[in-house]
Amino acid sequence: MSYIERRLVRAVLLLIGVSVLCFLFTEMAPGSFFDEMRLNPQISPETIAALRSHYGLDQPLLVRYGRWMKSALHADLGYSIAYNLPVAPLLWSRAKNTLLLTTTALLLTWLISVPVGVWAAHRRGGLLDRAVTLMSSFLISVPEIVIAVGLLAVAVRWRILRVGGMMSADFEDLSTWAKLQDVLLHLALPAIILVLSESAVIIRHVRASVLEVLGAPYVQAARGFGTRPARLLFRHVMPVAANPAISLLGFSLAGLLSGSLMVEVVCGWPGLGPLILEATFSRDLYLVIGGIMFSALFMIGGNLIADIMLLALDPRIRREGSDGL
Amino acid sequence: MGSRLRIRLWAQTTVLIAVLAGLHLILLFASFVAPYDPTTQDRELPYAPPTRLHFKGATGFHLRPFVYASMRVLEGDRAGSLEEDRSREYPLRFLVSGPSYKFLGIHEATVHLFEVAEPGKILLFGTDGYGRDEFSRVLFGGQISVAAGITATLITLLAGSILGIIAGYYGRWIDEALMGVTELFLSLPWLYFLLGVRAFLPLHLSALRTFFLLTGVIGLIGWARPARLVRGIVLSSRNRNYVLAARGFGGSDFYLLRRHILPEAFGVLLTQAALLVPRYIAAEVTLSFFGLGVSEPVPSWGNMLSALQQYSVLVSYGWLLAPACALVITSVLYSSIADALHSRLESE
Repeated sequence: MSYIERRLVRAVLLLIGVSVLCFLFTEMAPGSFFDEMRLNPQISPETIAALRSHYGLDQPLLVRYGRWMKSALHADLGYSIAYNLPVAPLLWSRAKNTLLLTTTALLLTWLISVPVGVWAAHRRGGLLDRAVTLMSSFLISVPEIVIAVGLLAVAVRWRILRVGGMMSADFEDLSTWAKLQDVLLHLALPAIILVLSESAVIIRHVRASVLEVLGAPYVQAARGFGTRPARLLFRHVMPVAANPAISLLGFSLAGLLSGSLMVEVVCGWPGLGPLILEATFSRDLYLVIGGIMFSALFMIGGNLIADIMLLALDPRIRREGSDGL
Repeated sequence: MGSRLRIRLWAQTTVLIAVLAGLHLILLFASFVAPYDPTTQDRELPYAPPTRLHFKGATGFHLRPFVYASMRVLEGDRAGSLEEDRSREYPLRFLVSGPSYKFLGIHEATVHLFEVAEPGKILLFGTDGYGRDEFSRVLFGGQISVAAGITATLITLLAGSILGIIAGYYGRWIDEALMGVTELFLSLPWLYFLLGVRAFLPLHLSALRTFFLLTGVIGLIGWARPARLVRGIVLSSRNRNYVLAARGFGGSDFYLLRRHILPEAFGVLLTQAALLVPRYIAAEVTLSFFGLGVSEPVPSWGNMLSALQQYSVLVSYGWLLAPACALVITSVLYSSIADALHSRLESE
């Protein structure tokens, strides 16, 4: 099997694993969506039993999982009990916004972190290096929720950026250009929060991996041959240092998605986060499971992209055909 | 590493641990340090700003700070803003009796660290929307949040170590299966996962049961990373000569683990603990902020912050950010210790 094939198999196995975990949890859970109804004297137990069988909740776990799996293969993730709508389109309409937010944040994070990290390593011990190291170790230890609430307070207080939702109330009347501007202004705050909390980790790792390569014997040799510093950095150091950094990309996605859930709720961004939170409150089983599956899908998709980038950039992987795990 | 650097590292670690221990002692003795009960409401004083401590008053300069009682100024016939009533000074008194409480939950006591005579009030961080003293609530809320972080960390480390030892020591297919599952847990965005698990647990529970369910869930989700670390240590030390020798002398599996293998894992586990505690405190805070955690009237840093979800409150009453500051201080302390412990491990 080739490298990519093996990665694909792993991705599918992970997705199946996630869905199995979700169903195991539903089985262990002591409550259900209909608990609140049961307290209502106007709804008879027969009605609840009928509803349960309507949604297939009276079937044993294996049967439910089998059915769910069969329809999931046709992109049907079940029915939301609270919204009375199919889950997949409901999730997809929100997932687009989450994707917009996370990809913006991801791009900005890397556009900032890579140059800063490389520069800090290049001028090790310099003023910028020390400032960056100090800042990043502070930002790493500040919990994301504090960054979110703090920046929200600043933004609301001084009316810097638009907060709440994704577009203003008069969105429909705006011209195309103004619409774009409006969405960008709403996007700015949640994106900044995510970039601040994510970039600290990535700057640190980029700096560390560039430093490690800078100390390698072949770099010393190249320096001894009189290679100019700029050529040394871009031609000899960066391609090698890219490998651990790109592997990090996959891992950083998990943090980014979790952070995005919280930030969406705090800033009122209409992504998956608020939807899942609502579904958690109303115990809307298939919506929650669908949300987790979507997040896992993003995660695994991002990891696959990172793997493909590694394959393109690192000849060692191409030649050996092994992923080194 | 030079000996001077090592001494500096040692001193740094000691100071950090001392400060952190102090913080935990304050939280542990919250009922003594806090001047008021965290759940007592004062409908006269909603969103009261922090009380100002004065040194200079009508009778000149005092070394002992004092406060003025606050009163509502009438605007027409409606109650307007709060102002200080300058007619009488209420000096701060230390170690005097106030509202009674259970010291450490056992011993009945009335002595508080400080307070002022009624109707004067000492509200160091102001009050929340129900007129409850924010300072007392930060202390009592800290008890819940930090205890949740520590309990969840212990659960994670225990579960992680046991599974890591099983995987590393018994190897073969058990190892493969367990490591596959760790990959599953590591690749999930934890907050989605946490919400998902929370969705399947009952919503309305007593504070104590919520606390244990919450810490259990947070703790069990994170088992994968410590499990991998412990597995690595067990794998590398299993075939060391002294372990093989001990086995040759007839040491049982349990003896080898306890005497030779686990001590090597101790340093790594300690560093992990220092990393995990602030992360799990933040997890509890996030869940309670969403309204899925410890519920009112029991304070936790998370449910205290959730009042700030209303923009009007967030803008007007800045002192309600106090729990966020407490959270930042705790997190920074813990992660500095984690850094220090990490560099010590590296240097060995």
